[in-house]
Amino acid sequence: MKLPGTAHEAAGLLRRREVSSLELTEAYLARVGALDERIGAFLALDPDGARRAAGAADERLASGRAEALTGIPWACKDVISTQGLETTAGSRILKGYLPPFDATVAARLRAAGAVMLGKTNCDEFAMGSSNENSAYGPVHNPADLSRVPGGSSGGSAAAVASEMALFALGTDTGGSVRQPASLCGVVGLRPSYGRVSRYGVVAFSSSQDQVGPLTWDVHDCALVLNAIAGDDPLDSTTMDFSGEDFARELGQGIEGMRFGVPKEYVVTGTEPAVEAAIRSAVQEVERLGGTIEEVSLPLTDIALAVYYVISPAECSANLARYDGVRYGPRIVGTDAIETYRLTRGAGFGPEVKRRIMLGTYALSAGYYDAYYKKAQQVRTLIKKEFDAVLQRVDFLLTPTSPTVAFPLGAKTADPLAMYLSDVDTLPVNIAGLPAISLPCGLSRGLPIGLQIIGRAFDEARLLRVAYAYEQATPHHMWRPALEGARV
Amino acid sequence: MSKYPASAHRLARVSIDRSTVVNVAKLARLALSEEEIDRFTSQLSAILEAVSKLNAVDTSGVGPTASILPLQDVLREDELRPGLTTEDALRNAPDRDGDYIRVQPVFE
Repeated sequence: MKLPGTAHEAAGLLRRREVSSLELTEAYLARVGALDERIGAFLALDPDGARRAAGAADERLASGRAEALTGIPWACKDVISTQGLETTAGSRILKGYLPPFDATVAARLRAAGAVMLGKTNCDEFAMGSSNENSAYGPVHNPADLSRVPGGSSGGSAAAVASEMALFALGTDTGGSVRQPASLCGVVGLRPSYGRVSRYGVVAFSSSQDQVGPLTWDVHDCALVLNAIAGDDPLDSTTMDFSGEDFARELGQGIEGMRFGVPKEYVVTGTEPAVEAAIRSAVQEVERLGGTIEEVSLPLTDIALAVYYVISPAECSANLARYDGVRYGPRIVGTDAIETYRLTRGAGFGPEVKRRIMLGTYALSAGYYDAYYKKAQQVRTLIKKEFDAVLQRVDFLLTPTSPTVAFPLGAKTADPLAMYLSDVDTLPVNIAGLPAISLPCGLSRGLPIGLQIIGRAFDEARLLRVAYAYEQATPHHMWRPALEGARV
Repeated sequence: MSKYPASAHRLARVSIDRSTVVNVAKLARLALSEEEIDRFTSQLSAILEAVSKLNAVDTSGVGPTASILPLQDVLREDELRPGLTTEDALRNAPDRDGDYIRVQPVFE
């Protein structure tokens, strides 16, 4: 069968009974079977569970009780707990772990009748920008198999970009949904902090983690956000009591909205083609009725330093639980402490160890004030700076990533060079804002992403702006030319 | 960065030596190889050097932000709710004895 281009297109086929969810699910499972050996997007597949969910979805569709995503095959990042299906967070230390419960986002999609195909590869514990920190091998970018898909939600982005799933969930702590979306040529949304429950999501940096959708277009992004957003008694940071329909106002245009272009976001190392694509996207937004002004966010330069204190500090505390006692492989030493040390030494990969070390150091006696407290004070200033600029303008337009997808292995030897991949995305996490990346062009066949940053809890208008840009341009129609991929 | 007056509380120039790395690894309960200790000694120094840019920002009188949400305590009724069964909670344990997880002695 010809695969539908988007989830909303597939939903139309399902509702009109032109295809069944079971047929759709079989087609995606077959495509995963044919392609994923070359892409490496999936860590675990659940064909039986998917077929059962598809059968149930077909009954629901027949009885007229379907929701927007009922019967739609999707892929779930492996840091999100799925009941009874191995969840490793890309780490050896969780090998074989079968969660006894679903994360709230997985439970909500299950309740909506969506069909989960399996778990997607990612950087270990969501720490990385290329997916090369996975303990289970790299993911290849569908646009060019010799290049990285970005990270940490690299498997999720690649699964969507290679049409092995109609949408995917990722998590975004410093850019881990938006940057791989940008590098793979799909749409990726990081919602406001507090919008989506993290219950059952393996914690990395709890003050910045959010779950977000990866999709082919903005309409799909809104539908997935509708399904996963909202307050959850199991995550006390969820603040969304709105019950908003994020798809309803998509077509209302952007006439009169004000856009800021922060001059600090074209940093040293931004590729000229990326700069040019963003400049032309800004012109397009102006043509669509937006007013453009240059703005300044002088603290942008310091955000990387803030992020690389706060996120390792929080990760060192969150990852203390992995000690081989309650789950995961245990390596037994001469005493309990030695067992923890050996289990953790063997179970964590190099980047995770580096961040645990960095965080432990920053939180240790004598350094807490100089690093952690200082970073949190600067965070206050960064938040204020964003708030002030976002009072003058409604949205900010920036690149998502300074570069297009880079070759596998290009940055693995230099952690700081890798960290710079997130220089345009991580200020948003520090301030808790929503931001979306959407395709805005190609450079020698490789996708470029436009980032639109909005005010906290202003996703409805953020998606409206993204939709207006997307519908006025052809970039969302691009698909990677995967040879022999048609099944 | 000249826009920001230097903080009164400057960090000393960052230098991490091997013994600091060994001590931090002990605090973090991480067994590291000799090669990892060497590598982290130079990499952590480079990263801390990069983050020491924080010193250039004047934060006198600025409060820390731990969470961007204006949340204080989030309370709920203390009522009985369904939870995991013992079997579910123990299923992933690497070493168990009936309804217990078996571990090495912590007290002699």
